[in-house]
Amino acid sequence: MHPVPSVFEGASNTIAVLVLLTEFAMLRAALLRAQLRLYAAQSLLLSALAIVVAASRHVPELYVLAGLSFVLKVVIVPWVVTRLLRDTSTEIAGSGALGVASEVLVALVAAAFGFFAIGALNIHSRVLPKTALSLAFAVVLVAFVLIIVRSDLISQAVGFFSLENGVSLASLVVASGLPLILEVAFLFDLLVAVVIFGVLARVTHGRSGSMSTTMLNALRG
Amino acid sequence: MSAVVVAVLCIGFAAALVCLVAPPVVMKAVTIIAGVGSLGLALSLVPTVATRDVTASHYLRVDALSLVFVLATAVIYALVSVYTVGYVEGEHGGQDVERYLRRFYVGINVFGASMLAAPLVDGLALLWIAIEVTTVVSALLVAIDISDTATEAAWKYLLIASVGLGVALLATIVMDYAGSQVFGTSFDLSYLPLIHAGHQLPATPVRLAFVLAVMGFGTKVGLVPMHTWLPDAHAEAPTPVSAMLSGALLTTSFYAVLRYFQIARGALGSAFPREVMLAFGIVSLLLAALYLLDQHDIKRLFAYSSIEHMGVLTIGMSFASPLALFGVLLHVIAHAAAKGNAFMGAGVMVRKYGGKRLADYRGGLSLLPWTGPLLLASVLALSASPPSAIFRSEFSIVAGGFADGGNAAAAVLVALVTVAFVGLTLASTRILFAAPPRPGPGADSPLYHPGEPSIWMVIPMVGGVAILVLLGVHVPGDLAHVLSRGAAELGGAR
Repeated sequence: MHPVPSVFEGASNTIAVLVLLTEFAMLRAALLRAQLRLYAAQSLLLSALAIVVAASRHVPELYVLAGLSFVLKVVIVPWVVTRLLRDTSTEIAGSGALGVASEVLVALVAAAFGFFAIGALNIHSRVLPKTALSLAFAVVLVAFVLIIVRSDLISQAVGFFSLENGVSLASLVVASGLPLILEVAFLFDLLVAVVIFGVLARVTHGRSGSMSTTMLNALRG
Repeated sequence: MSAVVVAVLCIGFAAALVCLVAPPVVMKAVTIIAGVGSLGLALSLVPTVATRDVTASHYLRVDALSLVFVLATAVIYALVSVYTVGYVEGEHGGQDVERYLRRFYVGINVFGASMLAAPLVDGLALLWIAIEVTTVVSALLVAIDISDTATEAAWKYLLIASVGLGVALLATIVMDYAGSQVFGTSFDLSYLPLIHAGHQLPATPVRLAFVLAVMGFGTKVGLVPMHTWLPDAHAEAPTPVSAMLSGALLTTSFYAVLRYFQIARGALGSAFPREVMLAFGIVSLLLAALYLLDQHDIKRLFAYSSIEHMGVLTIGMSFASPLALFGVLLHVIAHAAAKGNAFMGAGVMVRKYGGKRLADYRGGLSLLPWTGPLLLASVLALSASPPSAIFRSEFSIVAGGFADGGNAAAAVLVALVTVAFVGLTLASTRILFAAPPRPGPGADSPLYHPGEPSIWMVIPMVGGVAILVLLGVHVPGDLAHVLSRGAAELGGAR
């Protein structure tokens, strides 16, 4: 007998599925702007999830977290990266190591692996929506695929930010009790990382005139 | 004593603040004060921690295990703070000198301070934050010369290490979940409750968290196959930064792995965490030893030697006997001194010969009257020749392994360390003992005149060799107590 899922469980699972879908959409987005918009949408979903968790678990700090994460990930990060794109007049993502169709297939395999592997571990408790945790791991693995197959700096950086979104998803469903100060430190840290990714991308662009990672091949052995 | 802990935490950040505004002379002085001062403060903690833990506020706690890593970082920070004075004399990559110096010194101090902070904080989440700070600061330091290769190395390092730390964050979250099953939701991931909880913790999440932590933090330790950023970053970074990366950053991340090891050991028993460590350790040591045989760049050579030593540490953790764990902790400090020295010597070679190619280096012993012998001593120390401290530590690890019944693993360890020894000594003997280059057309260039580029680059190497020999001949009583206590903490004796 399966018990009827609670509103919380239903809502968090739905949002987690949507997060995974945006991750797949990012994988096939050819324009960097589109990829960035998808990242913003994904971050928006996470802020919404934070509000759902805050309301249903009565963790008022999470409202603050939802607000901060909205400001940072939906507004500031996309704005910073958009400016970078404009300044370097880059638009199209570097063609990946694989065609789009194969990329999606590989990502499907990775996502299925993450989903079922975590599901098979049977990590369960009264309050934990188990599916959402599996989905979070699937998001992380698809982000890995995205970082690996794309060959331009912006896609790789945005891939990393979305990987961080997958981790946030896990933290919201599993560890909503994590002290607020730590969550804020994580966000602050993301901000610093964005700035430094930006600095390095600008330097690379300034030296080689492109955002492609195919130029980064001097060091080996 | 808790005031000392706070001082160790703050001194580097304070120095960084001063460096933001002060003129170059003051920057140099303040950095030396912070570096040597943090070593002094860390040493002053040794007698106390030999018998009991020190806590300061809710967030800082020093036990024997953390003090070992504080000492290792402080040794490097102190050596590098002096070395940098000589290093920056000739390097600014064509940039505005004062701006370059300011960036360099602020970066070095924040980097040192954040690496000192990581073992001082009490809690897995704070630990993650401290280690993440070390990543972003050091990525900027790797790129500071703004050359093509430096930018490439920095990008690789930042991306791979950030992804690794993303995985480590997952580990933190899963461990938080495991802990909240026992302690409820208002629990803050501090170490002692998690370690003492033992079998109360749910096994599967702890297992998952441990493996994720070994992979995530292991990326920054340089464990194979997550090591690919390491040789690039170590080779392209300015030499003082290479020394800090290798001597302190890798072990600071290793410290994070050890904290998860402690918790996993309490919750799962020792078999599972030890097997995981053994697997990663053997692969890392094997690959690094083979790569050491064929390197053409002096800094890459030492970078692969770092992977080798991290492999030794990781294998050492798979032996249960206290002797082996004692060896692991001694190895952390000894490796810091030896690898710091090796990189500092490499920096002098690069300055003297104007490049990193091993093939160009000839006659080091006659051209560099101080650095030549000191570099030779460091390389011999790195290859675990007596009387260096690394001989003592590796001997303890191997003896502990045999005593523990891990005969096969210990034998493999000895064999692979020997391969690494061949690689390291072959390369460095060629550099040092081959005849110096003949004076050709440019006979008046400084290359053909024996002499050191800077006295500031020699002093710290003398210090490093002194530490190695001292610890190799006799580990002072209080420090030995700290190491034994740390080994007991790792072995689950408390």
